[in-house]
Amino acid sequence: MFVQILFYAFSAVLIAAALGVILSRNPVHSALALVLAFFTSAALWLLIEVEFLAIVLVLVYVGAVMVLFLFVVMMLDINVEGLRSGFTRYAWLGALTALVVIVQMVSVYWVKGLGIDATQGAPPLPADYSNTRALGEVLYTQYVYPFELAAMLLLVAIVAAIALTMRRRPGLKAQDVAKQVAVRREDRVRIVKDVDAGGTGPGAGGGTGEGGAR
Amino acid sequence: MSGLLEIWGTLPAYAQATFWILVVTVALILSVAFTTLWERKVIGWMQLRKGPNRVGSIFGLLPGIFQPFADVIKLLLKEVVLPSKANKWLFRVAPAITLVPAFAAWAVMPLDPGLVIADIDAGLLYVLSLTSVGVYGIILAGWAANSKYAFLGAMRSSAQVVAYEIAMGFALVGVVMAAGTLNLGDIVRAQQGGVGDWFFIWLFPLFVVYLIAGVAETNRAPFDVAEGESEIVAGFHVEYSGIAFALFFLAEYANMILISALTAVFFLGGWLSPFEGLLAADNALAKPGFHWLFLKLFFFLTCFMWYRATFPRYRYDQIMRLGWKVLIPVTLVWIAVAAVMVHFRVGPWSPN
Repeated sequence: MFVQILFYAFSAVLIAAALGVILSRNPVHSALALVLAFFTSAALWLLIEVEFLAIVLVLVYVGAVMVLFLFVVMMLDINVEGLRSGFTRYAWLGALTALVVIVQMVSVYWVKGLGIDATQGAPPLPADYSNTRALGEVLYTQYVYPFELAAMLLLVAIVAAIALTMRRRPGLKAQDVAKQVAVRREDRVRIVKDVDAGGTGPGAGGGTGEGGAR
Repeated sequence: MSGLLEIWGTLPAYAQATFWILVVTVALILSVAFTTLWERKVIGWMQLRKGPNRVGSIFGLLPGIFQPFADVIKLLLKEVVLPSKANKWLFRVAPAITLVPAFAAWAVMPLDPGLVIADIDAGLLYVLSLTSVGVYGIILAGWAANSKYAFLGAMRSSAQVVAYEIAMGFALVGVVMAAGTLNLGDIVRAQQGGVGDWFFIWLFPLFVVYLIAGVAETNRAPFDVAEGESEIVAGFHVEYSGIAFALFFLAEYANMILISALTAVFFLGGWLSPFEGLLAADNALAKPGFHWLFLKLFFFLTCFMWYRATFPRYRYDQIMRLGWKVLIPVTLVWIAVAAVMVHFRVGPWSPN
């Protein structure tokens, strides 16, 4: 009962947040609504005891992806009017997508009517069952090669993204830190012999010490 | 006393958890208050000053002990100025968003051999995901204030936090490999057996990286370009006043305490005693307990102040260079070394 109340509460927030993503006029508000949507989805996942995926959803999407997203959205001066001018051109595509989603939802309900209850949750797991451990055991044994391949693919994508967007601007006065660290005293300071030593110059009274670096 | 314990035992689990949540939260708020005083005192001593010594004393001892309360009362009574062009709602919410994760992360902190509020297996991921949420408050504060300086501070802060989070996460990968678990309590237990088994010896480069990244994550000196009072006045919180500003202040110090506690748990054996194995097992000094965690936490917290009094502020490009080109490669190398050590059972740990 309590779980059901939680489920409906989180679902309501999730739907409201999802609507906020597409209905908000301010792109920053949209991005924040998306953050809220991720959070509530994570809470829903916690309800079905997949705590690892829920936490990773928050860690990856909320903690990293959306921060960068927000970063970009705030920097850009997005012209909302310009974006909306072609809105009706793709209206048929949107309507089609909505129709497909509705058909999917109805079919889930239809399957339930046949007596095969696909919406029934899995039986509660024993208290010592660890989602994180179970996932790790499968991921690093049975699926280790696909996992490594995916990692390599991501690495290649990162390198490619940097290689494509990196531009070397001429005339930059950036410092070469290695050179700065490697510099020795002899490169910067030149000791000249004090010609005034013992003479009548302004440094006469101070002895030889004052005739140091010129 | 035993009667009380009996009553305690009959309480349902959620009541006990609520009690501990209240205790931890109140203790944290008080610690934050006194951390501000301790910081001003420590920096004062380092600069041959006395620090705050006017407000209150306990029978002539500890002059200035009530300074935090005077500060809080002053900030509470001040007006919270709302800039006319600000995004009103986000402007008000932002301080709370920075503060909440700093407190919520304590839910999985192993405080004592038998005491952790939520003993979950993905505890380390939980901490990482919560600390990464805190940056939203800073970004939103900078954006919602509709001020150039605030926005600059927010941009700097978000880029910096994202960069150092990677180094921080990689440093923790080494800890996870050594401990063989993501559960913070089990990470502490994996370091059992005396100082020689603590991870800071075997994972020393990762320990140093974690310390540096922790300072950068909390936007503290020498990585405090997000505030940068000499260039952008006060950065993201330049438009905040009164208690709204105090919330940012509270969040910064709560984050410092959190990072100090996490460093102690990950690398210095949390609540384990440093004399374990050296003294007899029934010696009071060899027993584990919250006081050891507190001492370690206090040491790192004081280090934060020490850095602030010692180092000049990094330039922005230097921060980025350090994060991406120095810290991340160091962690990558030591993760490989740790993998070899775990595989050949070099070092004190035995996975699983």
